[in-house]
Amino acid sequence: MPPTGLLSRSRRSDPMLKLHYNLEKISMGLVAAIIVAASIGGIVEIAPLFTIDETVEMPDDLRPYTPLELAGREIYIREGCYACHSQMVRSLADELDRYGPYSLAAESAYDHPMLWGSKRTGPDLARLGGKYSDDWHVAHLIDPRSVVPASIMPSYPWLTDPLDTGLLSDSLATLARLGVPYDEDMIAAAEADALAQSRPDSDAMDGFLERYGERPAARVFDGDPSRLTEMDALVAYLQSLGTLTDAPYRTLAEGNQ
Amino acid sequence: MSNPTDPRQLLGADPHTGNRKIDPVTGYDTTGHDWGGITELNTAFPKVVIWALVLTFLYSVIAWILLPAWPTGRDYTRGLLGLNQGEEAVSDFRDLSEVRQDWLSRFEGENFVALQSDATLMATAMPAAARLFADNCAACHGTNGQGGPGFPVLSDETWLWGDDTEEIATTIRHGINTEDPDTRYAEMPAFDWMERSDRLALAEFVSEMPGGAVDFESSVGTVFAENCSSCHGSTGAGGLEIGAPSLTDEAVIYGQNPGTVMQTLRRGRHGVMPAWNGRLSEAEINLLALYVARLGQPAGGGQ
Repeated sequence: MPPTGLLSRSRRSDPMLKLHYNLEKISMGLVAAIIVAASIGGIVEIAPLFTIDETVEMPDDLRPYTPLELAGREIYIREGCYACHSQMVRSLADELDRYGPYSLAAESAYDHPMLWGSKRTGPDLARLGGKYSDDWHVAHLIDPRSVVPASIMPSYPWLTDPLDTGLLSDSLATLARLGVPYDEDMIAAAEADALAQSRPDSDAMDGFLERYGERPAARVFDGDPSRLTEMDALVAYLQSLGTLTDAPYRTLAEGNQ
Repeated sequence: MSNPTDPRQLLGADPHTGNRKIDPVTGYDTTGHDWGGITELNTAFPKVVIWALVLTFLYSVIAWILLPAWPTGRDYTRGLLGLNQGEEAVSDFRDLSEVRQDWLSRFEGENFVALQSDATLMATAMPAAARLFADNCAACHGTNGQGGPGFPVLSDETWLWGDDTEEIATTIRHGINTEDPDTRYAEMPAFDWMERSDRLALAEFVSEMPGGAVDFESSVGTVFAENCSSCHGSTGAGGLEIGAPSLTDEAVIYGQNPGTVMQTLRRGRHGVMPAWNGRLSEAEINLLALYVARLGQPAGGGQ
């Protein structure tokens, strides 16, 4: 029989492996060593986040979502749109060519949670706002193949259901605690503002303009002024994508000089 | 140190248990544990894995030196190579743009006749235009410009705002019913204030207009003259180039059966063509305008 014990002998001669071999026999010691080893990985990932306020430059023109857009964002998450659509233009030349300026971290500063994504079954949506008309979005969400025959996107006909705005004030309050600049007026008037943004001719529009300014698009997003639907909210959200700040466009223009 | 009677010191023995039970099939020793006749091989950790680990550690040290790596408060270590993904992407994008700049820059002016007569230029430009069209326009107007309900056909000879390439470029640049200050504006107002019976008669009347068998002297003809003719023309033939379509030709945007016309009368229409100014460059807009103009020409000029 060959001297098979050579393998165990070589182990004995390796101090690291011997330490490990012995450690395995002391359960609490092994637990402590696992905690030390795992926390190195944790520190490397987490420690830089403590300086994120200083490392991410917040653009002056960054605006938070309006209540209606926020409701649309909730629907976007509910329907799992993020599973097929990313919201992050990568810093690669061909992505810049197709979608526009690459995404900046600051653009998602008010996104809780962020929806960057890495899997694209459908196209990236980070620069979608303003690209297509509201009518197109409505037709496309109800039946994608009515406008894009080759599309494999599912249909979402139930988006014509009325929008539940009951929790909007609470959503805004929660986000305000996370640092999104919603003030008390905005939180209190969230439901009225959601309705006003899709009824720009109503009296409530004055309050909306006072709180959110001229920048958010205000119109009847789903084409039916008689009802506030989930479609209104989702289309308002989709039309806001990439329009919350001009910072990425400025960054690209500066880089191009 | 050496004790020949200590089983743990023997060749091939487990250093802790002194077990020397060798597995006859593999030749490895076993751990000495026995689960009802089943024993466990005490196979050594493969050397190749240890070397792979060492190599990855080595690579990480090299990467720390060459590439951006460690955060340092408000900044980070830049690395000897000084790579910056954002700057790299922008510079690659600039290179990419320069490759086509020599022909694309010719589209910055609007001399479409001269551009179109240059066959070599068209051979390069039209495939690029087809890509641009597929990326930006096809979602609404269809991959071949065949349109769809609510989205005008581009591959026919009917134009709402005129068939001049300049006019098409203006539409692409500023859009229709957008927030662009120079946008084209066209709205079919809602006639929901009108008596339903009048609307029904009018819808029937309009749906028959492409056939030409309508009587403008009838009572519903008067309703048409009073409410519709200022935009659609006294005979409904359009052609005023204010965005109001002809009602007498076969071309439709939303449909011209009595049902759709009733819908149009009740709710109005306010179709939006987005403004591409800013999203596309001036040259790209002109290139697309020429492509779209050729789509509308007979004999498949858009090839």
